[in-house]
Amino acid sequence: MAAASTFTHARYVLGENPLTVVAFAMFFVLVLLAAFGPWIAPYDPLASDTAIKLMAPSAEHWFGTDHLGRDVLSRVIVATRLDLMIALSAVALAFFGGSVLGSLAGYYGGWTDRVIGRVIDTVMAFPLFVLAMGIVAVLGNSVENIVYATAVINLPFYARVARAEIGVRRESGFAAAAKVAGNGNIGVLARHLYPNILPAMMVQLSLNMGWAILNAAGLSFIGLGVRPPTPEWGIMVAEGAQFIVSGEWWLAVFPGVSLMIAVFCFNMMGDGLRDLIDPRRRT
Amino acid sequence: MSGLATIAKRLLEALPTLFGVILVTFMLTRALPGDPAVFYAGPAADAESIAQVRHAMGLDRSLPVQFASYVEGLAAGDWGVSLSTGRDVTEELSRRLPASLELTLLGLLIAIVVAIPLGVLAATRPNSWVDHICRIIVTTGVSMPVFFTGLLLVYVFYYLLGWAPAPLGRLDFMHIAPDRVTGLYLVDSLIAGDVEVFRASLAHIFLPALTLGIFALAPIARMTRAAMLDVLSSDYIRTARASGLATRTVLFTYALRNALLSVLTTLGMVFSFLLGANVLVEKVFSWPGIGSFAIDALVASDYAAVQGFVLAMALLFVTLNLTIDLLYAVIDPRIRAAS
Repeated sequence: MAAASTFTHARYVLGENPLTVVAFAMFFVLVLLAAFGPWIAPYDPLASDTAIKLMAPSAEHWFGTDHLGRDVLSRVIVATRLDLMIALSAVALAFFGGSVLGSLAGYYGGWTDRVIGRVIDTVMAFPLFVLAMGIVAVLGNSVENIVYATAVINLPFYARVARAEIGVRRESGFAAAAKVAGNGNIGVLARHLYPNILPAMMVQLSLNMGWAILNAAGLSFIGLGVRPPTPEWGIMVAEGAQFIVSGEWWLAVFPGVSLMIAVFCFNMMGDGLRDLIDPRRRT
Repeated sequence: MSGLATIAKRLLEALPTLFGVILVTFMLTRALPGDPAVFYAGPAADAESIAQVRHAMGLDRSLPVQFASYVEGLAAGDWGVSLSTGRDVTEELSRRLPASLELTLLGLLIAIVVAIPLGVLAATRPNSWVDHICRIIVTTGVSMPVFFTGLLLVYVFYYLLGWAPAPLGRLDFMHIAPDRVTGLYLVDSLIAGDVEVFRASLAHIFLPALTLGIFALAPIARMTRAAMLDVLSSDYIRTARASGLATRTVLFTYALRNALLSVLTTLGMVFSFLLGANVLVEKVFSWPGIGSFAIDALVASDYAAVQGFVLAMALLFVTLNLTIDLLYAVIDPRIRAAS
């Protein structure tokens, strides 16, 4: 019965916004490409052949070939995994760090809250992409550090959601009951309060994923992190940029469109999830 | 409390933020990979010269002392020397800042001019096809990587149509930059009364500014829509409608003016996005602003320049946020009355 009504509710909400369904379908395709990309790609993404360089899209090479004669379609497909992995790792780190900091601030309040709040505010006082550039500059230019930098600039969003959600539940009856039953503060927080904020955090996660992808791709576009010849969407757009002024559009357009589709998909999915879980915040 | 006191209070509130920002940039200078003294002493240095550099840079003193002298140096305008150009970082940044500001502000202007009507349109017809189309437009706008939007615009308007000049900076070699008054070419050329240079700079800035505008469209349009929906369902709007006021008057004089207050508060986040996106757009259009300077510095491991850039951007952002806050306090009579 409960499952049936959840399903009806989901169908009602999704019916109002059919784009969410499309987004979930696209997400499924992305996951497939990330998982099986190397087997799906028709050519070796690294194999260059200057005899066929800069060929326009054709039957053999659907997305054309780049300046080294590599197959753009294969590179775009294989890049899916790296792009999603960078964003996913960064978001996972931000989710973990942010929810711990935010929960502590929301539960203990007072001094803990003030210190954590000050740290979060300081991060937010920077234009976030610029801070990420600065972090990569000092940590060193590697994919790992792109992940850390992206995680740091995403962390405040999770911390704020966690702090607010824990804050409203801190004084609730079930938290008091858990406390009376003999749980310590950490026990109440981790086992009783934390599971309750997960839905709100999941919405934030999905809304954030697209932004994380954009940031990571932006960093590699300006030459940080991923090194050529590794296929990655941001760096492929950067490599294709110099050819677009002479009309070879396919080098930059296909990886750029892939980025766009991935981000669009996560944004729509985030909106859809929010509509399902938290109707008050619908905009 | 008078308006002046409110302003003073806000300025005081910005001090901890300012302190935090400087502390973070200080930490970034200390977190250099390896030993900063070894790095700055150069590859040919022996132990003695490294020790000399360490002493000269004050790295052998305690951290609080180092921080104090760092702040002192910043206040005196000593932001270090750029390794790649050999000039003061402050000089490099201030020379390039107007180019970035002009681009960012025009981008914001384009976004506001398009996004607010779009948001109003969507809010007056919620869940209609107009609303859905608005939603698709803004979601697409925010899903496009800015560097990709820029390249697409270059391809269409430069390569295919030939309407725009090559994406190579603020002016081509045929025009001479106007005398510097504000540093903004659009303003300076008008002051100099040079219409041709004004036209040329407008042609050069239009595509990069449009790129930024498209990116900033979504947050502004969304907020306008949400705020308008909120305001339109309020009691005073119902009263205004019941009193028989014209739809136009209700919508623009009463609803929009109140909704714009909420939009103003989100401008801070919009600026955070815009200043970041600015760096990418500058690279695509070879725009000689502080963003492209920072990218070159990053690639060349020119740390002083990168840190100067991060600090300058943060200071700019703090100032912008403060301005928004003050503007809000000035505009909203409730805040004036409450405080």
